Amino acid sequence: MSRQVVIVGASMGGLRAAEQLRAAGWDGGITVVGAEPHLPYNRPPLSKEVLAGQATDPAEAHAALAFRRRASLDDVDWRLGVPAVSADLERRAVGLADGTTLSYDGLVVASGLRPRRLPMPEPSRGRHVLRTVGDAVGLRAELTPGARVVVVGAGFIGCEVAATARRLGCDVTVVEPAGVPMGRVLGDELGLLVQGRHEAEGVRFRLGRVVAALHGGERVTDVELDDGTVLRASVVVEAVGSYANVEWLQGTGLDLSDGLLCDNLMRVEGRPDVVAVGDVARFPNPRFDTTARRVEHWCMPTETARRAARTLAAHLAAETVDEQQFTPLPTFWSDQFDLRLQSFGAPALADRVEVLEGVLSAPSDLAKGVAVGYRRGAALVGVVTVNLPARSPHYRKLVDTGVAVPA
Amino acid sequence: MKICVDLNKCQDHGQCVIAAPDAFAFGDDGKLTWVTEPDERLRQDVEDAADVCPEQAITLED
Repeated sequence: MSRQVVIVGASMGGLRAAEQLRAAGWDGGITVVGAEPHLPYNRPPLSKEVLAGQATDPAEAHAALAFRRRASLDDVDWRLGVPAVSADLERRAVGLADGTTLSYDGLVVASGLRPRRLPMPEPSRGRHVLRTVGDAVGLRAELTPGARVVVVGAGFIGCEVAATARRLGCDVTVVEPAGVPMGRVLGDELGLLVQGRHEAEGVRFRLGRVVAALHGGERVTDVELDDGTVLRASVVVEAVGSYANVEWLQGTGLDLSDGLLCDNLMRVEGRPDVVAVGDVARFPNPRFDTTARRVEHWCMPTETARRAARTLAAHLAAETVDEQQFTPLPTFWSDQFDLRLQSFGAPALADRVEVLEGVLSAPSDLAKGVAVGYRRGAALVGVVTVNLPARSPHYRKLVDTGVAVPA
Repeated sequence: MKICVDLNKCQDHGQCVIAAPDAFAFGDDGKLTWVTEPDERLRQDVEDAADVCPEQAITLED
């Protein structure tokens, strides 16, 4: 039997890993295992186009989101709808939920994340998360004009869902324990103005509050906050972060304390035949410092897959792994109402912010275009632009050169 | 190699301009422009640009 690489995870990270293994010269077998029944697809439109769109079943929505498949992947064995449930790194085998065991020569961990839920098990109906195309189609069906929607969590997904739901004519309230929406990443100044833009569109915020209880029979009818406020709700969207899908690696001795710890070449310590890709991977980026972090940005599967595939392909070919430092520049974007936010670098690491372009005093300033710089000490660690897409290459370059990369 | 951009999908994110600056650019009006049939040596950059397009609006034809 030919030598095999098993990729656990059939989302963007798994797809890019397969493509990049081929690009790195791996000509053995590739098997991709996925928990979802779908071929890899693009998730960012789920909170925007799909929620606002017409598709009423997941297959229809998926057809518009599926990534193109390159000819180099024609012989990939896709095992979809069957999650991995165990791994034996000594015997080099992965166990699947249907009882199948897959042997590997090389293993790519790209098993991604799943949404956290509120800790209340009941009521169960009317509650949604947003990670998969099935989630998006299910939520879309309930976002009817006049629906009372409570979004729990004012991170980027929560705020995007709030904006889309409001545009669909829903009555929207966002509940968030922190004082400023998206404040951890954007900082208080910019976060407050984006909040103001939401409020101008009719979205309400309950900041500094957490959900104390959910009420209703089978279906949720009310959300009670920790100050005793009760919000009527026909739909609750839980956008309260995520868990890394690493349970299938338990018992392997790997560091699973926050995703899967790996080195700067995306290798798992002591296991040269195991690499990690995408938002499950916790790795140090010397562009910023020596701390290993998971990065939940859309660009990361592509960047980490390229590095991980080179590392693994060299190991499998018994060649020396090129040890060139891996210093990806994180980027992400978010669309909320008429605002296009684009982020370059790691603004969350900053200790101060400065306005680089435009004016940052009222929510109405944002639509005209603003660029905010984020500094840690003297280093420019991030820039966030609002409605300046044509300036994005310039600001990306500024961050790229403004962060010292150790020689 | 021929670059096709689906302008119904393109939302001017500019990731392609970053990945393949010799093939994609923003015009003076802020809208995306691109070289329809770029030189073969740009293939890797253009493949990267297609990969990183948030709207997956870029396709390549040989």
